[in-house]
Amino acid sequence: MSDRIRFAVALAAAWAFLLATLAAAALLVAADLSDAERALVAPLLREHAPSVVAIALLALVPLALILGVLHRRHVTAPRQLAEDARIILAANPAHRAPVRGSGEVMRLAESFNQLADANAALRHDVESRVRDANERIEQERNRLAALMSELAQSVIVCNIEGRILLYNARAMQLLRQPQESAAAPGKAHSLVGLGRSIFAIFDRNLIIHALEGIHDRLREGARGADASFVTTAPAGQLVRVQMAPVQGAAAGQTPAAAVEGITGFVLVLDNITRRIEAGNRRDLLLQTLTEGTRASLGSVRAAVETIAAFPDMDKAAQERFIGIIGEEAQRLSARLDQTASDFADSLRTEWPLENMRGADLIAAVRRRIEARLELPTKLEAVDESVWLNVDSYSLMQAITYLVTRLREEFGIREVRFALETAGALAHLDVIWTGAPLGSETAMTWQTDSMNAGGEASPLTLKQIVERHNAEIWYQIHKVTHRECFRIAIPLTQPEEAAWSAPPGLGSRPEYYDFDLFNQPGQTPEQDNRPLAALSYTVFDTETTGLQPSAGDEIVSIGAVRIVNGRLLEHEVFEQLVDPRRDMSPEASRITGIEASMLEGQPTIDKVLPAFRAFCEDTVLIAHNAAFDMRFLRLKEDAAGVRFTQPVLDTLLLSAVINPQLDSHRLEAIAERMGVNPIGRHTALGDAIMTGEVFLRMIPLLAEQGIRTLGEAREASQKTYFARVDY
Amino acid sequence: MGKKVLIADDEPNIVVSLEFLMKQKGYTVRVVTDGEQALNAVGEFGPDLVLLDVMMPRMSGYDVCQKIRENPAWADVRIVMLSAKGRDIEVTKGLALGADAYVTKPFSTKDLMAKVLELLGE
Repeated sequence: MSDRIRFAVALAAAWAFLLATLAAAALLVAADLSDAERALVAPLLREHAPSVVAIALLALVPLALILGVLHRRHVTAPRQLAEDARIILAANPAHRAPVRGSGEVMRLAESFNQLADANAALRHDVESRVRDANERIEQERNRLAALMSELAQSVIVCNIEGRILLYNARAMQLLRQPQESAAAPGKAHSLVGLGRSIFAIFDRNLIIHALEGIHDRLREGARGADASFVTTAPAGQLVRVQMAPVQGAAAGQTPAAAVEGITGFVLVLDNITRRIEAGNRRDLLLQTLTEGTRASLGSVRAAVETIAAFPDMDKAAQERFIGIIGEEAQRLSARLDQTASDFADSLRTEWPLENMRGADLIAAVRRRIEARLELPTKLEAVDESVWLNVDSYSLMQAITYLVTRLREEFGIREVRFALETAGALAHLDVIWTGAPLGSETAMTWQTDSMNAGGEASPLTLKQIVERHNAEIWYQIHKVTHRECFRIAIPLTQPEEAAWSAPPGLGSRPEYYDFDLFNQPGQTPEQDNRPLAALSYTVFDTETTGLQPSAGDEIVSIGAVRIVNGRLLEHEVFEQLVDPRRDMSPEASRITGIEASMLEGQPTIDKVLPAFRAFCEDTVLIAHNAAFDMRFLRLKEDAAGVRFTQPVLDTLLLSAVINPQLDSHRLEAIAERMGVNPIGRHTALGDAIMTGEVFLRMIPLLAEQGIRTLGEAREASQKTYFARVDY
Repeated sequence: MGKKVLIADDEPNIVVSLEFLMKQKGYTVRVVTDGEQALNAVGEFGPDLVLLDVMMPRMSGYDVCQKIRENPAWADVRIVMLSAKGRDIEVTKGLALGADAYVTKPFSTKDLMAKVLELLGE
């Protein structure tokens, strides 16, 4: 009821009450009157009735005035005060309530204003503190950014799930993807990006192996536990990676707590391709110097000794021997000069070998073989005192490779290991039975490139063995009379590692608030994570037509990433694809892609692996995802990749949000959600639009109680559209 | 009957001395300059002893040695490996693959001859 009506009703009630009171008094008086008196009064009353009515009406005026004052003081004033309070709270903290109304209401208003003053002061204080804190963080970030950009090494910081939280420009440069599109040469995709998976760049097992090494060392009570390994970057460079654990704020003091407290790791990458090449050249020089020298000296010595031993040899033979001596002496001088000039610019190679107990290495190898190849392993005699200086990962890879080939090509049922010392060497034997390998096969295996358990290595067995200053050969094992590969490796002392971290890294500055580390894992509990916290790859494909099973092909893939609820417009994937078939005029009209634009573009089997790497470990989003996924799925075999991550469909989610609406076309949804349609019908344009739409859907879904990935998928499944089969 | 010695080495300057020395002892000598020829010569020539260089074209001395030892018919052939590679690990490998002796260049001709005589049982 409006104020005015309420006031009118109150006034009418008061007036009616007044009239009723007067009328009741008149009736009471009338009841006491005699008939004669009544006869006297009645005409009088009749005569003055208009004045009575007028007086009654006039009484309304003071009544209205009195009621008006009361209403203002006791109804309007508190109500306005309540509104003022709401304004202060919600809209304008600087607003103050005017002090008016009755004494009580005025005191109430004064108290309100005091509360508002106190609140404003508090708010101001908090804001300034937040500003200070942000400035400090910003300063520290800038300092860190400056430090990182100045570093000669590439730096990548990851959380424990392998998601990239921080990186410098050098890392981005180093880890560029080799594949470049013909349309935009030089615009290669970098695999490094915020929220992306490090496992798209480096072998997951390699990282896990290094982390396990760090865990072991921490458990043994080491203070600064680092790990290092050498691997290849996607573009083929040889990279030395140094890994340091990042401890969370709650990291404990005991070794076990230190292991528990690891929330991520820092990778420092060093491109050692050149250095290794220089090292190889140096090794070659050294080798030619020593071996060449030995050979020449051998010839000279043999000639001299022969002349001395047979002084009466004929003149011709003598001249021949003297000729040899002269020739070899000249060859030696030339070689020495050559080596001296070549050697000067050769650098020292630092191949990171680490000290390891031989028995531990064998234990690790056995675990790996049993897990990967499901092949039983056994131990022969193992000398527990043996320490080796090894690159454990590559050596494990080498042995796994051997065993894989033995199993695949000869069907061995079991493999055994033995470790013994022989002088300054350790003999690590890989023993098997029932597979007459032969020395020739054994030789070719050593120079074939290794490919074991789905892992390809750029190195050969021979190179890995050489890297350890070791030798490998095939022989019959003396004790067991079985066949074996013997790897002879120089023994080392158990104390110091051959390669250790440069000084300075031990005292790490405390420079970064690793708040981002608190992102929960991307593991089986992924479904329980809130939608806003997940990383997504939103993608779209353009195709030659609508029927993949009838031979229609992808001509373009565009994708953009969403990390922490933000669309990262700079982290995009955009690639035209040669469909290896004609582009119909109709398709060209819709997609704006002419057949001529597709000439020289990579084919889908080349593009999908790159796209797979781009979306590694993220949730996929597409509009009408079933359509795009169908195209991808049909090409999975040809490209040798699988898209196994969870998928969300904005079409289905739109149907969840607005079940009563008919149109869930991307344009229609975008219009409803207030998203600008830019670059429609290019794959990247559509992907960006889909991403924007999805971000606006998250709060709308939350209103329906759909907050996690699992809930979103479940709700999608229940919509009508999900039942339409493509 | 004179013993037969096969010299397998691709360095002509050492071969001259080796050949001279072996002929002085009255052995029949055949010279080859790579691994494959060496293996063929073992079959055709039937040497009692092979002076086998490790670093040879086509097939290394290690491989030749292992091949010889795989053939039971050649079990009596004595093998002396000659090498400019002198590390323990290479010596170990040579002996493991079946060489009777491993001589590192440069060597004393007297010692080499003593080793050859010993292996030929003279």
